[in-house]
Amino acid sequence: MSTVQEVVTEAPVIEDAIPKKAMALGPVASLVILALLIATPLFVKNFIIFQMTMWLIYAIAVLALNILTGASGQFSLGQSAFYALGAYTSAILMEHGDINYVLTLPVAGLICFIAGFLFGLPALRLSGIYLALATFALATAMPQLLKLGVFEHWTGGVQGLVVTKPDAPAILASLGLKVSQDMWLYYFTLAVSILIYIFSVNLLRSRSGRAMMAIRDNEIAASAMGVDVSLYKTLAFGVSAGITGVAGGLGAIAVQFVAPDGYTIQLAVALFLGMVVGGVGWLPGSLAGAAFIVFVPNIAESVSKGLSGAVFGVILILIIFLVPHGARQIAYGAQGLIGKLRRN
Amino acid sequence: MPSHLPRTAALPAAAILMAVTCSGTLAQKSYDTGASDTEIKIGNIMPYSGPASAYGIAGIIEAAYFRMINDRGGINGRKINFISYDDGYSPAKAVEQARRLVESDEVLAVFGPLGTPSNAAIQKYLNLNKVPQLFVAAGATRFGDHREFPWTMAFQPPYQSEGRIYAKYLLAEKPDARIAVLHQNDDLGKEVLKGLREGLGDKASMIVAAESYEVTEPTIDSHVLNLKASGADTFLSVTTPKSAVQSIRKVAELGWKPLYIQGYASASVGSVMEPAGIENSQGIVSAYYAKDGSDPQWKADDGMKRFYAFLADYAPTARASDISVVYGYGAAQTMAQVLMQAGDTLTRANVMKQAASLKDFVPDTMVPGVRLNTSATDFYPIEQLQMMRFKGHAWEMFGPVIDGHLE
Repeated sequence: MSTVQEVVTEAPVIEDAIPKKAMALGPVASLVILALLIATPLFVKNFIIFQMTMWLIYAIAVLALNILTGASGQFSLGQSAFYALGAYTSAILMEHGDINYVLTLPVAGLICFIAGFLFGLPALRLSGIYLALATFALATAMPQLLKLGVFEHWTGGVQGLVVTKPDAPAILASLGLKVSQDMWLYYFTLAVSILIYIFSVNLLRSRSGRAMMAIRDNEIAASAMGVDVSLYKTLAFGVSAGITGVAGGLGAIAVQFVAPDGYTIQLAVALFLGMVVGGVGWLPGSLAGAAFIVFVPNIAESVSKGLSGAVFGVILILIIFLVPHGARQIAYGAQGLIGKLRRN
Repeated sequence: MPSHLPRTAALPAAAILMAVTCSGTLAQKSYDTGASDTEIKIGNIMPYSGPASAYGIAGIIEAAYFRMINDRGGINGRKINFISYDDGYSPAKAVEQARRLVESDEVLAVFGPLGTPSNAAIQKYLNLNKVPQLFVAAGATRFGDHREFPWTMAFQPPYQSEGRIYAKYLLAEKPDARIAVLHQNDDLGKEVLKGLREGLGDKASMIVAAESYEVTEPTIDSHVLNLKASGADTFLSVTTPKSAVQSIRKVAELGWKPLYIQGYASASVGSVMEPAGIENSQGIVSAYYAKDGSDPQWKADDGMKRFYAFLADYAPTARASDISVVYGYGAAQTMAQVLMQAGDTLTRANVMKQAASLKDFVPDTMVPGVRLNTSATDFYPIEQLQMMRFKGHAWEMFGPVIDGHLE
């Protein structure tokens, strides 16, 4: 069966210390991370805040892929297509429709949910690497579809669309708070991320989430128990695409620009990478995975400009070799260590 | 005690007086972020990785050029600190790198970022923050729009100018031409075609057929067949190297003998003409502004001698025949000229002002007759092209340098 399934079901070294369905962090760890995410921007430059915003946005996209692959066991190399769809939806609504950026996000999410759900229907017949290839086709097709002359009036064709960055609401200024555009966008993104995270954790704990995981673990057994396999598989696709679309919309607002070349297969591979590095099926790992795809290329570049790709590759291989389960393994390891110390 | 008062009051007065005289005699040494008495910080963004990484060599050459300048004592006594980052040809990454250059490294100006999507992505940010985006390595017309983007300046001729220059050439040499155009479905293809239409003016009906193709199409044979069927006797191919090679081969294979014009984006001897077959490429016409580094006719040329000497000392592994190598050298030399003109007034506004006051500047690598001119209302430094015809194994120039000036 698929490698992902192996990765997910194979018990990590210290798994028995943790309940099997733990896909989220404990309350203390969650609060510490949240406090850090809230406090850090107050002390750093705007540029770092921008990087952190991109980090959160990619984390949302990685989380979406995690729901699809980690929870329902379906591969996707086509997330960049949904990301692009969301980005363009937001950009077009903002620039051509003069719609407030906040309102464009649910629209982007909805459109991507529908697109993902529809794509999930034919994808039902495929599994494992075949599904990966089908989604791969979607990712390669998307940049070209965006360039089509028919849509050019709205998409701006190859030249792309420039998006206006939103200002912080006037009410903050009237309260005497000086909030820069970057900082505002960061907190806005953070709020959206938290909402999506809570939604995802609850989704996976619900009946639907259990159904998805049952399908992941054994499709035949799941259907024998009365799980509507096709419904939940397409639903997973739809939810994942919808969340990716919201991330795409946020990305368009943060970068202030959309162009077909921004959403190539490379983005899809990066998201896939982020999921593996963060730990497949472990939602908080999305943050670690996104940090990897945002910051590690910069580290690689500072080591060697000409060989940045090779350095990146070496770092990646080291991670896969040393911690094959990604950030999840490190977190579980740390938890196990703390538990041991307490007992002693 | 009272006697102290006038004395303390006199001190600030003296200071003010001194400041006034100093600024008069020392001739306005003023700096913006990124410049000081010893250093000028210049930022750059290049696709060192990713789909366009072949062009990344331009950034390496630019870095080498500034190293040479520094070894010779810098510009007006200041060393150039050239900071170049990789964007992998991704617009989102380009925005991140531009912000890092401006907000973290605090550069004086961003010079020579490569690619239309990356530059379009950072254009608004840099203009909003009033940071010069100088000598953009992309040919879209929007990079020389001085009204909309007063902090952005192009370098190479805008694609539209190229189209106009072909129109001028055809109107003069072959006024009864029936033109077929094969163009890539992107800014390059569309803008050259637009320039051609504009240049032909009321004779635009000379274009009898135009076919667009996607850069990812494995073969363009069917497009060439359609264009031949249109009965055209002139063929303009606005293509990138792979498709350029295919189209030269297909035209030869069909036994079609049009006046063949190859857009300069793919006029490289090494990467297009030779792979397409020297035999098939004979007589093809193109136009370019820079000398071909592998062309023996420039062996004795003073400018190219300096270029070859530079390569030998600072970039011995770079190939002189690579267009991006020649490009990087010319662009870096122009940037150095602007900084030299700026003198001790190293403010962003003055750098922009000096970039817009190039007068007949001729980098070592330009074809004779091509001069760089800019003004407050002209943000396209290079707008002339030299017509050339492929003969034997090299391009042979003919006719005068043609101007494709855009308003």
